[in-house]
Amino acid sequence: MQNVKTTEEVALGIRRRVFEHSMRNNGGYLSQACSAAEQLAFLYNEALTLGQPTLPMIPRPFGGVPSADNPDYVTGAGYNGPFEPHFDRLFIAPAHYALVAYAALIEVGRMAPEGLEMFNQDGSSVEMIGAEHSPGMEVHNGTLGIGFSTGAGLAWGRKRKGESGKVCVFMSDGEVQEGQTWEAVQAAAHHGIDNLWAIMDVNRQQCDGAMDSVMEVGDISTKLRDFGAVVVEIDAHDIDAMRQARAEPHEGRPLIILAHSSPTKGMDFLMKRFPRLHYVRFKSAEERDEMNTAIAAELGIAPVDLGGH
Amino acid sequence: MEMVNRPYAGAFERYAVQHPEVLCLSADLTSSCEIDGFRDRHPDQFLSMGMAEQNMLSFAGGLGLAGFRPFIHTFGVFLYRRPYDQLMASIAYPRRKVRLMGFLPGVTTPGGMTHQAIEDISVLRTIPNMTVLETGDATEVEGIVEAADSIDGPVYCRVLRGSVPRLFDTPFKVGEIRILSEGDDVLVITAGITTEEAIRARGALDKAGVSVRHLHLSTLKPFDAEAIVAHAASVKHGVVTLENHLVAGGIGSMTAEAMAEAGLGKKLVRLGLRDTYAHGGSRPYLMNYYGLDALALVRGIERLTGEETGIDEDALDAVRVEAVHSAVKAEAL
Ligand SMILES: Cc1ncc(C[n+]2csc(CCOP(=O)(O)OP(=O)(O)O)c2C)c(N)n1
Ligand SMILES: [Mg+2]
Repeated sequence: MQNVKTTEEVALGIRRRVFEHSMRNNGGYLSQACSAAEQLAFLYNEALTLGQPTLPMIPRPFGGVPSADNPDYVTGAGYNGPFEPHFDRLFIAPAHYALVAYAALIEVGRMAPEGLEMFNQDGSSVEMIGAEHSPGMEVHNGTLGIGFSTGAGLAWGRKRKGESGKVCVFMSDGEVQEGQTWEAVQAAAHHGIDNLWAIMDVNRQQCDGAMDSVMEVGDISTKLRDFGAVVVEIDAHDIDAMRQARAEPHEGRPLIILAHSSPTKGMDFLMKRFPRLHYVRFKSAEERDEMNTAIAAELGIAPVDLGGH
Repeated sequence: MEMVNRPYAGAFERYAVQHPEVLCLSADLTSSCEIDGFRDRHPDQFLSMGMAEQNMLSFAGGLGLAGFRPFIHTFGVFLYRRPYDQLMASIAYPRRKVRLMGFLPGVTTPGGMTHQAIEDISVLRTIPNMTVLETGDATEVEGIVEAADSIDGPVYCRVLRGSVPRLFDTPFKVGEIRILSEGDDVLVITAGITTEEAIRARGALDKAGVSVRHLHLSTLKPFDAEAIVAHAASVKHGVVTLENHLVAGGIGSMTAEAMAEAGLGKKLVRLGLRDTYAHGGSRPYLMNYYGLDALALVRGIERLTGEETGIDEDALDAVRVEAVHSAVKAEAL
């Protein structure tokens, strides 16, 4: 697809959309837009080779779950383009980043803005925790720590079949607490799966707050290298660094980019909430108004009109 | 109806401070499981295990071996799907006194397939040595901590959180069936959130002349087959079960087994999720969509008796609709 915006513009657009949505809906996964906007913008706007979307710009309502009685079932993968050998595939492993991923789809013209209006509405496919049938989602990942394994299996299969398309997994740092993540890296290295790469949002946050207070994970990069991955560490808000990291040779091994991010990037006002950022909501109307004014100013937009909500 | 805010939080704290061998474990869902206040006030009795459920279960088995009684807190699904092997080997087989507190049972979560424990009763009740309890109102949530800790072995509990209605005024008693009405046409068996649905239908069914015998179960295993069969034998038409779970393997199945083993030749209609995964949405929407609500119960009763009641949605008591972001909810999930 033609890039009509710069990756920086896409990232700003993601933050604005997630912010507006969270204001209107009295809460949301807002901090994940701060930390991951550049990463998702980079993936969709330049890093991935994706075909034109095969599903309607305005998402269809929920069409049932996989079942022999549901032959029309489709996943949300069509928003990432057709399943053809030369196209890349993308898994959003922490499915609670769905809101950010949907905003990215809109910014790069893969979904209509109306799609976000359907977020978490009853009967909609645009689910709060990205489901397999949600736009841009290719498999179910709401149970964290399984994404990289599935990616490794798909990548191995594609390699065996001689397909040139790569497999990319967007990961979160909370996932490194799950044992499966390590089993996945170990298997990918053992089998020389080098058509696989990941970018991990290292925001040092999880549900309960700062990861160090919940369960220390130590030096993720050393651990990943010891398990056999090629690792590059970057500032998650530096798109040039991201480009360079992606170009790192990783023959015979998976590449994992650790994107060290700020959970409040672009919305410094959220520091007031630190370290409770996993899901931002408002205890009072005043709090909401205050945040609306302050963050809108930071994002260079007018405060969201909350009249009808 | 009286609504109680976060009944688990207070009940757990009151009980745990009296029992130093009780430990509070959490897997990065501390406020989602209403134990954030406990963590802050009693850090010595709290263990943060991170998002690592497999380790947490075997670790709890070790704590059990050391003489502690760990209460593990996370969403129900994360207690038995990924760490099933650990549950078996480290907890169930050696009969460790581990209390598995499973929040957001069935379709009470908008998180979709990966968050909805819809086959937990089926799985857990087949595990030897396991006890299975379920809460259906605020009184039962308040009582679940002490009830769970009275079990001589491992126990899995379906726990309600947030704003919970008070339906009962007598405490949780392990093994006791609550008889909510004593009619003689149809036996209705419910548990957890489906009890409130059956109560919503009660007035309309009375008016339509259907005499309902209504049982509420809070102890799912051991299942009191003898009592269920006696109640089933005492009604004219047969039995309808309504559960926040798949119809396979849960309360409907246990009732079927009990009736068949006793040779009771009565009809049984099992209501619940029908061999399908669910998806994400609000609780009233999901209960309606998957046929777990009061209207589904009425239609089930009609199927059983072969008689139309004339009851429609308007004739039923109103559905309680929770605010998406009520103040008692810790976060989105
Ligand atoms: C296996 C599993 N356990 C627990 C959860 C609940 N959960 C959802 S997000 C999350 C925090 C994970 O950390 P991270 O993905 O880094 O979150 P963030 O940075 O967005 O706060 C948890 C524990 C889950 N989805 N899956
Ligand atoms: Mg994180």
